[in-house]
Amino acid sequence: MLPAAVPSRQHTVQPMVTGTSVLGIVYDKGVLLAADTLLSYGSMAKAQNIPRLHAVEKTVIGASGEYSDFQRILEILKAKALEETTTSVMDSLYTEESGMTAENTWNYLRMLLYSRRSKFNPFWNELLVAGKDLKGKPFLGSVDKIGTTVRDNFIATGFGAYLAMPLLREKWRPDLTEGEARALLEDCMKILFFRDCRASPRIQLAKCADDEVLVSEPYELDTAAAWQAEAYRQSVGELEDDGGW
Amino acid sequence: MTAGSQMNANNLHEPAAGFDFSNYLRNQNLLQTDGAAPKLKAKKTGTTIVGTVYAGGVVLGADTRATNDTEVAERNCEKIHYIAPNMYCCGAGTAADTENTTALISRQLELLRMDTARPSRLVTAVTLLKRMLFRYQGHVSAALVLGGCDLQGPHIYQIYPHGSTAKLPYTSMGSGSLAAMAVLESSWQENMTEDMAVQLVQRAIGAGIFNDLGSGSNCDICIIKTDGTVDYRRNAVKPNELAPLRAQVQRSGRLNMRPGLTPIIKSEFKPHPVVAAGGETAMEVE
Repeated sequence: MLPAAVPSRQHTVQPMVTGTSVLGIVYDKGVLLAADTLLSYGSMAKAQNIPRLHAVEKTVIGASGEYSDFQRILEILKAKALEETTTSVMDSLYTEESGMTAENTWNYLRMLLYSRRSKFNPFWNELLVAGKDLKGKPFLGSVDKIGTTVRDNFIATGFGAYLAMPLLREKWRPDLTEGEARALLEDCMKILFFRDCRASPRIQLAKCADDEVLVSEPYELDTAAAWQAEAYRQSVGELEDDGGW
Repeated sequence: MTAGSQMNANNLHEPAAGFDFSNYLRNQNLLQTDGAAPKLKAKKTGTTIVGTVYAGGVVLGADTRATNDTEVAERNCEKIHYIAPNMYCCGAGTAADTENTTALISRQLELLRMDTARPSRLVTAVTLLKRMLFRYQGHVSAALVLGGCDLQGPHIYQIYPHGSTAKLPYTSMGSGSLAAMAVLESSWQENMTEDMAVQLVQRAIGAGIFNDLGSGSNCDICIIKTDGTVDYRRNAVKPNELAPLRAQVQRSGRLNMRPGLTPIIKSEFKPHPVVAAGGETAMEVE
């Protein structure tokens, strides 16, 4: 007689394969997103070259949290994009002229994530949505796993909320150039690499500006300079009279 | 008398060697009595504290908010404690623990200075603190940033409640430590001038004050230089002044009446009959 099977869990209770922070900032001509390319399996670095920023139509979505849920969300959004452009829906009176802008996508994701959480089976993600709003201005918004939405000029998910937001709040101006915005994001990603155990220096940027959407290839940040200070190279244990440890 | 102490030759109480758990039973009892005694609520300091070394010494910084859960218990408390003429210590965690631990070690160091006729060293303070905190296994919730200058130069140490220590060129502790550390990691350099170091510490504490809800109000700064001078700047930066906000509130003149509004028609003074007759003298309160 076989032992009775334990019923399988039907609802997400904890994330398994996760990505850490995603940062976003609005600058004078558009929006920039940054994320590292590390997938963690608890304390193991599972995969080190995985893009967490994806473009769907004219929108870029970045996700932190459970990666499989992000993949499912992308499937849903791509199916929706296909439906918008190839079915008779596009001829009806009810379509938006703008189609799937970032603001529409953001609202759609709000509905999706809130309805899943109301069934106690959330998509365990915090998503950043970047692109244009319905009026054509640069748009950056976030949706979290319980369906909370925030629209702002700079947003950071995960650990970035503690480490990157203070810097973004201090340094953001409405007339930031693309170079300044990129330098600021790279500085924040470096600090995240230093102080977040689940971060890596291999990052990826995405830009939504002037009707174009670009997602860069992953590249490594140069962190060697941070270890050059004499204070780091001196061996503390060999100081006279036990300099402490 | 604590359990296990004995009298030594000089008639002084000496604690028995090893850990002293005599309060364990008392704490268990306190936790079990239901509603009879109020649960021990520690007044915590949700805090941002920061310390950094620069070319001529060290700079310590701290915010000034003391919280009791989500209420602000004290708007302008002092978190930079005196340890020795050449050493100050910022404290995060339970306010009573940080105050009393730093005071205890400060007095022990003073006795040692009298014994040895030498200025105190940072390593002495660090060792005394970590040995005491480890003995209490983290129950003394004091997270400290100790900074000062001794004959070996300027030093910053961070000390955790369980007793581990680290010697670092810059550090931050408390609930606002991540916000402060982001600023420090972004802008710290070796061999800063005093102005650069003070600016950096003020920015780091400012990041804690404005981005962490457990920290707030003003920023205190303490500069300890290698030549032995100390510049303690209480409320060096006050970004949260209330007076201008209060001044904007429109208060009706009827609520705050100035003296002299009511005209006095007649004024008469009659002393109490008993006192006037020379009877019982008025009660004297010493």
